[in-house]
Amino acid sequence: MKRIPVWLMLAALAVPAPGDEFTEEDLKRWKAEYMKVMERGEKLFHSPLGSNNVSCDQCHPNGANTHPETYPKFQKQLGKVATLREMINWCLQNPLEGKPLGLDSDEMIALEAYIHWERRGVPLAPGKH
Amino acid sequence: MKRRQFLKGMGLAGLGATLPFSLVEISFGMGTKPAEHESFTFAYISDSHLTHLGGTRFTRNFDQGLRKAVMEVNLMEPKPDFVVYGGDLAQLGKREELDHGLELLSALRPPIKWVIGEHDFYLDMGRYWEDKISPLHYSFDHKGVHFVVLNSILTYEDWIARWPTAEERMANMARLDNPHGSPFLVGEAQLRWLQEDLAKYDANVPVVVLSHSPLYKIFKPWNFWTDDAERVQKLLQRFHRVTVLHGHVHQVLYNQIGNITFYAMMATAWPWPYPVSYVQKPNQVPKLTVFMNRADPFHERDGTGWDILDLDSGAITNHYQLWLNENRTVAFDFKLKHPVDLKYQDPDKRIPPQFHY
Repeated sequence: MKRIPVWLMLAALAVPAPGDEFTEEDLKRWKAEYMKVMERGEKLFHSPLGSNNVSCDQCHPNGANTHPETYPKFQKQLGKVATLREMINWCLQNPLEGKPLGLDSDEMIALEAYIHWERRGVPLAPGKH
Repeated sequence: MKRRQFLKGMGLAGLGATLPFSLVEISFGMGTKPAEHESFTFAYISDSHLTHLGGTRFTRNFDQGLRKAVMEVNLMEPKPDFVVYGGDLAQLGKREELDHGLELLSALRPPIKWVIGEHDFYLDMGRYWEDKISPLHYSFDHKGVHFVVLNSILTYEDWIARWPTAEERMANMARLDNPHGSPFLVGEAQLRWLQEDLAKYDANVPVVVLSHSPLYKIFKPWNFWTDDAERVQKLLQRFHRVTVLHGHVHQVLYNQIGNITFYAMMATAWPWPYPVSYVQKPNQVPKLTVFMNRADPFHERDGTGWDILDLDSGAITNHYQLWLNENRTVAFDFKLKHPVDLKYQDPDKRIPPQFHY
């Protein structure tokens, strides 16, 4: 058996736990961070984000009929395989008569977090119509 | 088989290509029962949700839906005896919205029978509607059929009292998926009135009930639900032929409970998803319904429309006028004793867009 030098043992005691040894507290915090963003998304989803007082939930109560599990998928009207975020922007620009969000903006991520949360448990079905 | 022309074709050659119908066929192949009343047609327009933006500006999309329905009803031939407006003319119950709706609907040639929806009601608890438009519940007889209009969108007093302002009360009732919502009620006073109203009629008189919310229970989280529906159903039980026509759900939906046939009417504003598309909560969507096509968001009027109703068979036949989709006809089948879609009822006949998930 190989001897472990004393300096190495001391060093191991001094550094924090490695990344893969997360705790129950970590899990709680990460979930809380997600829920905070999801709840912001829920508020945005139920607010008039465009120019005509129309909100996302008017056609999609509880995010229904958004089918986030099917993205990316071919959208014949866009002529390409599109992501959920591109479709969110399409809705903002057309039925809501507003401006698109940055694809990596906090608002976009919040909307995506809400839509996915309402669809939790549904198996992934990329490309499905 | 009999053919009836519902729309004038003359002088509309240019428009003809874009109108979704020219002829509507009515099938009598399912076992006919002679009508004990004079035959007639009426139209049903519902759920326009006109949205005020300030000044004289309104959300364009929803205005377009109502304008299109008004234009098409005016083209019906033979002319409908009357038009039912099924409620939710306004989005947030504002006078501007109701006045705008009255202006757009003033272009309709036939008279209107009014049903109030929750979006018309919860800002001022129906006061403007009652003053300027119509009583909230009433009945009338037409060519041997007894029509009853109910205000089915009442709710519990403690929910009404919990909101500090009328605007908050309206906004909270207007949100369909509101976890702080409250189920609809017909209520004691109206139930008593209904009992007295119906007492004068023989059980053979066909009865048609017009309500905004469905008078049965489909999905409570979205208020596709009337809490005291069973009590209304009980009062209607002794009649042999009862049909309930309702708005609110913005979709093709039909059901049979005992002797009562239920039809949902199309919205002119936008389609709602079927509750089966929300997987987190159980629903009681009627198994009988063949769903409408999933709407294509790229076509603004897809999934919306209006209805033509006739009583030629002895029961109500519902002709769904579906903009950008093939029209559908749902008729009462006297052998099966429930409504059936004349084309799609057989599961083998269904098409991919009718599957919702």
